[in-house]
Amino acid sequence: MTTQEISVEALMLLLFLAIVTGVALPLSSFFVRVFSGDMSRGIPGHIENMIYRLIETDPDREDGWKGYARNMLIFNGIGFVILFMLLIFQGFLSFNPQNFRAFDLYTAINTATSFVTNTNWQVYSGETTASYLTQMAGLTVQNFLSAATGVCIAISVMRGITRQSTDRVGNFWVDMTRCTLYILLPIAFIFALILVSQGVIQNLDPYVQATGYGSTGQQTIAMGPVASQEAIKELGTNGGGFFNANAAHPYENPTPLTNFIEIFLILIIPATLPLVFGRITGKIRQGWMIFTVMLILFLCGFITLYSAELAGNPLVKELGVSGISMEGKEVRFGLLGSSLFATSTTSTSCGAVNTMHDSLTPIGGLVTLFMMLLGEVAFGGAGSGFYTMIGFVVLAVFIAGLMIGRTPEYLGKKIEALEMKMAVITVLIPGVLVLLLSGIALVLPNVTELMKNPGPHGLSELIYAFASMANNNGSAFAGFDASKPFYTLTGSLAMLIGRFVPAVSMLAMAGSLAQKKKVPPSSGTLPTDSITFSIWTILVILIIGALTFFPLFAMGPIAEHLSMIGGI
Amino acid sequence: MARKRFPRLGAFEPKLIREALISSVLKLDLRQQKGNPVMLMVEIGGILTTISFVIGIFSATPKSSFFTGFVSFWLWLTVIFSNFAESLSEGRGKARAASLRQSKTSVPARKLTADSFDAAFTEISSSDLRKNDLVLVKANEIIPGDGEVVKGAALVNESAITGESAPVVRESGGDRSAVTGGTTVIANEIIVRITTDPGQTFLDRMISMVEGAERRKTPNEIALEILLIALTGVFLAVVASTYSVSAYSAVSSGKGSAASLTVLIALFVCLAPTTIAALLPAIGIAGMDRLFQLNVIALSGRAIEAAGDVNILLLDKTGTITLGNRQAAEFLTVDAQSNEELMEAALLSSFADDTPEGKSIIALIQERTGKTPAPPKNITFIPFSAATRVSGAQCGEITYLKGAYDAITKAALEFGGTIPSDLKGKVDAVASAGGTPLVVARNEVILGVVFLKDILKTGIKERFSDLRQIGIRTVMITGDNHLTAATIAVEAGVDDYLAEAKPDDKLRMIKEYQNEGYMVAMTGDGTNDAPALAQADVAVAMNNGTQPAREAANIIDLDSDPTKLLDIVEIGKQILMTRGALTTFSIANDMAKYFAIIPAALIGIYPQLKILNIMGLAAPESAILSAVIFNALVIPMLIPLALTGVKFKTMPASRLFTYNLTIFGLGGVIAPFIGIKIIDLILIGLLNI
Repeated sequence: MTTQEISVEALMLLLFLAIVTGVALPLSSFFVRVFSGDMSRGIPGHIENMIYRLIETDPDREDGWKGYARNMLIFNGIGFVILFMLLIFQGFLSFNPQNFRAFDLYTAINTATSFVTNTNWQVYSGETTASYLTQMAGLTVQNFLSAATGVCIAISVMRGITRQSTDRVGNFWVDMTRCTLYILLPIAFIFALILVSQGVIQNLDPYVQATGYGSTGQQTIAMGPVASQEAIKELGTNGGGFFNANAAHPYENPTPLTNFIEIFLILIIPATLPLVFGRITGKIRQGWMIFTVMLILFLCGFITLYSAELAGNPLVKELGVSGISMEGKEVRFGLLGSSLFATSTTSTSCGAVNTMHDSLTPIGGLVTLFMMLLGEVAFGGAGSGFYTMIGFVVLAVFIAGLMIGRTPEYLGKKIEALEMKMAVITVLIPGVLVLLLSGIALVLPNVTELMKNPGPHGLSELIYAFASMANNNGSAFAGFDASKPFYTLTGSLAMLIGRFVPAVSMLAMAGSLAQKKKVPPSSGTLPTDSITFSIWTILVILIIGALTFFPLFAMGPIAEHLSMIGGI
Repeated sequence: MARKRFPRLGAFEPKLIREALISSVLKLDLRQQKGNPVMLMVEIGGILTTISFVIGIFSATPKSSFFTGFVSFWLWLTVIFSNFAESLSEGRGKARAASLRQSKTSVPARKLTADSFDAAFTEISSSDLRKNDLVLVKANEIIPGDGEVVKGAALVNESAITGESAPVVRESGGDRSAVTGGTTVIANEIIVRITTDPGQTFLDRMISMVEGAERRKTPNEIALEILLIALTGVFLAVVASTYSVSAYSAVSSGKGSAASLTVLIALFVCLAPTTIAALLPAIGIAGMDRLFQLNVIALSGRAIEAAGDVNILLLDKTGTITLGNRQAAEFLTVDAQSNEELMEAALLSSFADDTPEGKSIIALIQERTGKTPAPPKNITFIPFSAATRVSGAQCGEITYLKGAYDAITKAALEFGGTIPSDLKGKVDAVASAGGTPLVVARNEVILGVVFLKDILKTGIKERFSDLRQIGIRTVMITGDNHLTAATIAVEAGVDDYLAEAKPDDKLRMIKEYQNEGYMVAMTGDGTNDAPALAQADVAVAMNNGTQPAREAANIIDLDSDPTKLLDIVEIGKQILMTRGALTTFSIANDMAKYFAIIPAALIGIYPQLKILNIMGLAAPESAILSAVIFNALVIPMLIPLALTGVKFKTMPASRLFTYNLTIFGLGGVIAPFIGIKIIDLILIGLLNI
């Protein structure tokens, strides 16, 4: 690529980020109004009240963190059971033009867990396994609900930090209803229509038979209600594709414009939440500080990945193929569209892909892996990105606070043993899961047979699988066959722990913080909206990530990269 | 005044070092390490490598196990260094406790049946005394327990507790009734009601705190420990996965072999936050010790920690901000009276006046006239009486009087005099300038006003401005009227003041501040301070205060110097800063250790990883050993810092953070790169010889 082309792509990136920021700002004040009940008027207000009457909840009655967490777990438990039943019984149900039979047991457990936990790891391929009913009433519904769950937890964490001398953090049913009704449904609806206008399909037709080019002969072209699932799949950072090819499939993501729209949808809720935090706490600078930390981490990842792909593979150059590494990338998205999607999907907990991550250069692959392993905080998942980031901020505040000679406090709230415990659980549990599960998997016999490329690259494939599940990302590096019961079951466990342990921990932290009084700020208070503190937070995130995974990276992508540039 | 301070102990006193060395070996007992999980893991690593070394010795290739032996040796040293740090700081405490304990011997006590000097008594041992027992203590006897004087007054030598050799008066009633067990009555006899059961006396609490025997972990220490344990857990997982990943990699690359147990343990120990875990107990104990050097005893570690957090200081004006006494500063004449006459009258009326105010008038006249005045022969003194509220002297027919405005004007009118028209104005002017007006009269003639001024303690203003910089607000409490209080407040530079304060105002004020989320510190000595002391987050009682005040406080100042509150705050901050700094340093160190160990451990599998050996360490074994040795040596090297604390600098939090982050964060990244390289060079040098 010429310098000029790169400059154009840089400008496009800046424009894109400006749009995300520009939309996040007003959207954040909309969020505040939604969750404070300001929007609960008119017809939607009636619907809301009907729902409350139906489930017999008093919208004015809030719960402590335990009640909130219990309701959240019950709700997601019910969601799991319904989805699981749907997967098992889809063969007997309607909207099944291809007559797909039941999911097998392990796949059903894995898939139900995956969609309830906002992971959307897929050991099945959508177009050859799932009926339209499963896709619409099962997977799409969970796309909405798991995203809303994350956002609700984030909001109650914000409440915990803001409130004082109370043990109430909110009413889960109310938050859930409002988030779905006023935020996710309308935005997803509008963008589904926009996607349809660009050529994303939306039908309930049986699959089409067509004659392909050349020797391919008869082909089956999958159909389905794609647009309605596509919009929420990106908006809720879910990422489970309607088709196996996910967002690389032309019916999911037909044009460069839909590509940018989808990346925009992936980032918009995670990017809005820090600003919501700024508004709720009344300290908008604090919100911007978190936003900036996320943005810088995101840009670090993007620039590294982009440059690595731009440099390409020197070994193929010797064969006379020059230019950027285009293996596994869609020509219609190009380098920017592919790199930006890959960075966005792994630094949030989305996991949709428009590029084969397995085909990225070693360093490019390392970036996607590292962005997940950092805990997905570079904007992060819908809600989960925010509360995980708060976990990191609490860690950063703790060490920094000590260094100025005060017992640490964040926004006037003392950080004590309980907050520390919850922060380290939130921040470290997914990483430990990845380490332990990869460690166990690698000593099992025949593990190399499951890898397409044994050696350092195979290691990346395996770690990526566990990293993706434990961090609720759901994207696949591919190249690793994770359909064996060991992987579907340990993977399910990793998804459950990776999702609900941090979620409940952060709610516990919110409950504890809500009870504390706020220490008024003074010149003796550590400013948590300063540049120094932002840099410190970034360092804490990077250092924890690097210290935890350095040996794995050394034997995986780093060794592979060194081999590649060394011509081995 | 003679003052016996407790002996200053250097960081490395030879006697203490010897004792610490012995106890650091004794502490290798695994059961003793359970309070410090990080070091426990290191010790288990030491045991495992030792076993592996011993097995290796008897194998076919004993030479190859020497490396394991070396690593094992340094792991044991790591644990010993950690024990040493703790023992050394404990040893300092013990040495101080020993000096306190000398006064805590069982003494005979006369247990009375009633609170009268001639009541019947039984002689029992002081260790059998219970709360509310009455004992009679005579001259040259040791007071058998903490208590309250209920009858009599005596001169008591409290040097055993305070190091202060001047005896103090202890008498029933009022604010001087508290006595401490172990102190000696010098003259007179008193009846003491015992207020504590044996084992819980003030002295017992002091000894156990100083010794660190009953040291409970503070909330912040617990929080930090959670972080350290979590990191240790993560690094265990890292090391476990490194084993299986390296085993897999060795198979798939067809070269090298999986990382050995020794290498894995070395990696774990280097990554685990051993530096801070080793020094954490020492930091807390050393903080107590520094307080003790100031003659301050914290009755809980939590109190010192809270001191670092304080953002409001409630300070009594008198004794803390100003010198205890007012001093004459100016003579103001009224009604065209001459200055000389005013000075003469003031002088004569003050000769008999033993109060500091009276003395200061004489001193001022001496300074103004350059002469040392002597009292005339025919003088008789009029002492201050509560009825007339004036004092003065009678020289023949002439009466010289001084006193407050209303008292003197009343007396002058009784003599048949008149009130000069400008008197009221001058009196008010003095009051509004923060002074106390003392009106002087000769018979019926009012001559003028003596301006008695509150004298600020030297350096107090600078201290307050330092405090403001670090975000601490100072509030002055005074019984003075608003005008006077406001003037002194401005002069001293306090942020706020409470004038005309009544005892329960303090309590109310503390509650108000606490409701707003502030942490409040105060000092107090009187019984009426006790409720406020109990409410305050940091409550410093003066040792010469009453028993209720001392009971309510969590810090006791043996010198009874309220200004020390400021030092206590600084020490509290130092402890926290030292913890933060060493945690940062410890974690920052890991980067260099990774770059030493990972290429060394994996180079057999992937030769291309030698590029990660950025320090250019000679051989895999020397690289790993250097990292382990650095990790061990850094502990004793940082002991002096842990004992003395990171220096506290008066600057706003944001700058202080940047400053410490640069030194301990950046320093922590760079130092091990240099240290490990040097150790590697030495090792290679030694091996070549």
